[in-house]
Amino acid sequence: MRWHSQNPILRLVGLIVAFVGVLMFGFAPAKAVTVQQVTSPGGIVAWLVEDHSIPLTSIEFSFRGGAALDPKGKDGLANLVSGLLDEGAGDIDSQTFQGRLSDLSISLRFSAGLDTFRGSFKTLNRHRDEALDLLRLALSQPRFDAEPVERIRQQVLTSIRRRSKDPDRIASQTLWRAVFADHPYGRPLRGTNSSVSAITVDDIRTFVERRIAKDTLIVGVVGDISAAELATMLDTVFGNLPDRAASPQLQKANTVSSGQTFVIEQNVPQSVITFSQPGLARDDADYYIAYVMNYILGGGGFSSRLYEEVREKRGLAYSVYSYMNLMEAGALIAGGVSTVNARAGESLQVIRAEWARMRDNGITREELDNAKRYLTGSWPLSFDNTSRIARQLVGMQYSDLGVDYLDCRNDFIEAVQLDDVNRVAQQVLDPNKFTVVVVGMPEGIEPTAEPPDLKD
Amino acid sequence: MPFLRLVSWVVAISHFRFLNERYRCDMTSNWLRPGFAGAGLVVIFAFLAQVSPATATVFNGKSFSLANGLQVVVVSNHRVPIVTHMIYYRVGAIDEPAGQSGIAHFLEHLMFKGTKTTAPGEFSAIVARNGGRENAFTTPDATSYFQSIARDRLEVVMRIEADRMTNLVLTGEVIEPERQVVLEERRSRVENKPSSQLREEAQAALYLNHPYRKPVIGWEHEIRALTHEQIVDFYDKWYAPNNAIVVMSGDITVADARTLAEKYYGVIPARPLPVRQEWREPPQRTDRRVELKHPQVQQPSWTLRYLTPSYAYGDTQHVYALQVLEAILSGGATSRLYKSLVVEQQVAVSTGAWYSPSSRGPTAFGFSATPRSVDGIAAVEVAVSAEIARLLKNGVTEDEVARAIARLQANAIFARDSNLAPARTLGGALVIGRSVDDVESWPEHIGAVTATAVEDAARAVFEDRPTVTTLLLPAQKS
Repeated sequence: MRWHSQNPILRLVGLIVAFVGVLMFGFAPAKAVTVQQVTSPGGIVAWLVEDHSIPLTSIEFSFRGGAALDPKGKDGLANLVSGLLDEGAGDIDSQTFQGRLSDLSISLRFSAGLDTFRGSFKTLNRHRDEALDLLRLALSQPRFDAEPVERIRQQVLTSIRRRSKDPDRIASQTLWRAVFADHPYGRPLRGTNSSVSAITVDDIRTFVERRIAKDTLIVGVVGDISAAELATMLDTVFGNLPDRAASPQLQKANTVSSGQTFVIEQNVPQSVITFSQPGLARDDADYYIAYVMNYILGGGGFSSRLYEEVREKRGLAYSVYSYMNLMEAGALIAGGVSTVNARAGESLQVIRAEWARMRDNGITREELDNAKRYLTGSWPLSFDNTSRIARQLVGMQYSDLGVDYLDCRNDFIEAVQLDDVNRVAQQVLDPNKFTVVVVGMPEGIEPTAEPPDLKD
Repeated sequence: MPFLRLVSWVVAISHFRFLNERYRCDMTSNWLRPGFAGAGLVVIFAFLAQVSPATATVFNGKSFSLANGLQVVVVSNHRVPIVTHMIYYRVGAIDEPAGQSGIAHFLEHLMFKGTKTTAPGEFSAIVARNGGRENAFTTPDATSYFQSIARDRLEVVMRIEADRMTNLVLTGEVIEPERQVVLEERRSRVENKPSSQLREEAQAALYLNHPYRKPVIGWEHEIRALTHEQIVDFYDKWYAPNNAIVVMSGDITVADARTLAEKYYGVIPARPLPVRQEWREPPQRTDRRVELKHPQVQQPSWTLRYLTPSYAYGDTQHVYALQVLEAILSGGATSRLYKSLVVEQQVAVSTGAWYSPSSRGPTAFGFSATPRSVDGIAAVEVAVSAEIARLLKNGVTEDEVARAIARLQANAIFARDSNLAPARTLGGALVIGRSVDDVESWPEHIGAVTATAVEDAARAVFEDRPTVTTLLLPAQKS
């Protein structure tokens, strides 16, 4: 990967003016990879990072609109399609298609998120032309023959069955059902036994016709490829797609934060606890402030307050964490912990207390400085793998961040001030708004209502 | 897509942390969000399971030893100004005294609890405020600690890693809460998960004598009984420079690595090491079936294991052929097993084989299958057995071998596409007594495998050999 060396001094001056204190202990301005915006003759845009150190090409792409747009009664449609696009296309049947991918060591995977439908592709350059042709076919002429459709459907149904009594799965899905109620986010991404069984090949074809289109496409490319080569490639692969998607509108989510606690009794030794409260969206003006705040609260691995209080001091759990969930239609701050049944109540109490302590007393200068040092200093660690960088490029475009975001991202972190974090903590953090779901036989946790029913 | 699968024994990781950078589009699904324990763990497991090889040009790893016996391996990769720094100790669960299962892993947790000059937790705080990410893991054969960090902060982690090699301070105050953490880890990994319970007992069935039969995380009653004195004794015995390998992968030269290694690790005196017990498996004579019926299980699944040579144990001439065989049988929709069981016979929804030769002792060649119907477990067992019989009777074709070799060798190129994979591959090899050259020449050895070699290896491992079969079943018919 190539690193900027053009203007470190300019950047340094800017930083000194704004953040003298931090610079004394902090990092030299983070160098960033060079991101190019490439537009094909046909008008398809991709962001590119050239890296000529290994003869391979990674392409990550995403179509806006994911499983949350699955038609009612057909939950799991996007997920099922994601398993079928590489099961034969054009005049190549499933076994032949898979055989070519395998023989040429081409990695091609599709996956459905709630808000996006994604593809992930990686090939050695010596097979790139044929690999790209397979990708083109998968996107524009998938076959959906009966045998692969039934086979992949059975795989999905089996995976639903396999996870049906898994406490982690039950906890998180119940939480989402409770918080998002009737919104599609509250429905299972992989669908249910009945919804997946009800999906027809027509449904699948309709999905591809309406949702795989140029205007919702986002592309990130990293590897041993030039901008000129990429421009040609973009038209080859994506040029045949329809110009416009005909996706339904995603409704805004009205998250429920009534402070309810649900307990689903299951005879396991360890209670799985998940919880959430309303959060901030990615485009919120306070996003970076909340991001730093969450790092200190429960996002920061071994150095967070939750880690310290729940794990280090009390030995209540192996894993305890919080995270910001940045969904298109509704954001959450959520978290989880798993604790032996007898001490489940104590764990939850400690977490609530930490939530309140940060809201009421804020954070210290030292915590802020340490958070900034970690968040800015670890930024280059995200760039040691071509697929990871390509995913970043897709993410940046998805969130409408600039092509220079990799360079300026650390400035956003550095700009966060102590008063900002304390203000946002006070405005946002509220343990009384927790929706809590516990799966197990927890002691010291009283349910306030019957859990929502997941069967449908 | 290469199949990621778990090795058959528990690999314990003291901590996990999740991605700190997320975008909306990275959100996967309700239950597969980044941040869930699984996400971090899968990454680690994947590296271990794949034990992934090098390429014809490979990592170009260089190694040297310090006067005190510490081995150092360097992989230079200047794409990004960061370095992954790993230390491997040649001590794992199999070196634990009888009755003290879990002590190697418990000690791994306690290595974060402070030294003569640092407070409990300070190690991680120092790494974090220098922008580093870190973790640690224990396997049957080894214990490893690693950090990824900006090139100009590498010295910081080398200083504190060297410090805790000799200066660890353990008190009851840090041991007792951490014992509870380890017990919670065991509950998360095993007690709440029927598939893990079955895997634990499958290992105990596969090995009659070799300590691979014990879970790395330890049996609960023995974790509870480990004493302060036993832990300190284990640390004093095994944590020494002449029992360690340091791997640095990333933006660093051999010359710089040598200077830094001398400065921080070179000053620690070598110490006499205990005589390592060499374990052998006695002849095995019986087929064993391990069956778990559990109310949490809604979907049955099936596995089959054969005791198998590794790089360091048994008939080692077969190890490359066995890797080629695994690639023929498993991995992808056109592999023998998938094509037969899933596509043609339609008795399974998934199936595969696994073989990981990177271990000091005997390993397993395993098969797995998930039946398509809830009561179809007998059918998958019959179908896999038939595939094994067909293999023994008709062998493999040169074409199958050539295609498998091409895939394996390509994987080795993909393995260069990060800093951690080369470090783990090389560290994992050296810690079981292999050399950098062994890793670097892997593609060559794979490329030399013939159909005859694959057939010989298959006969050696499968023909009239005892097996361990596992069945994971619902508690009652649903």
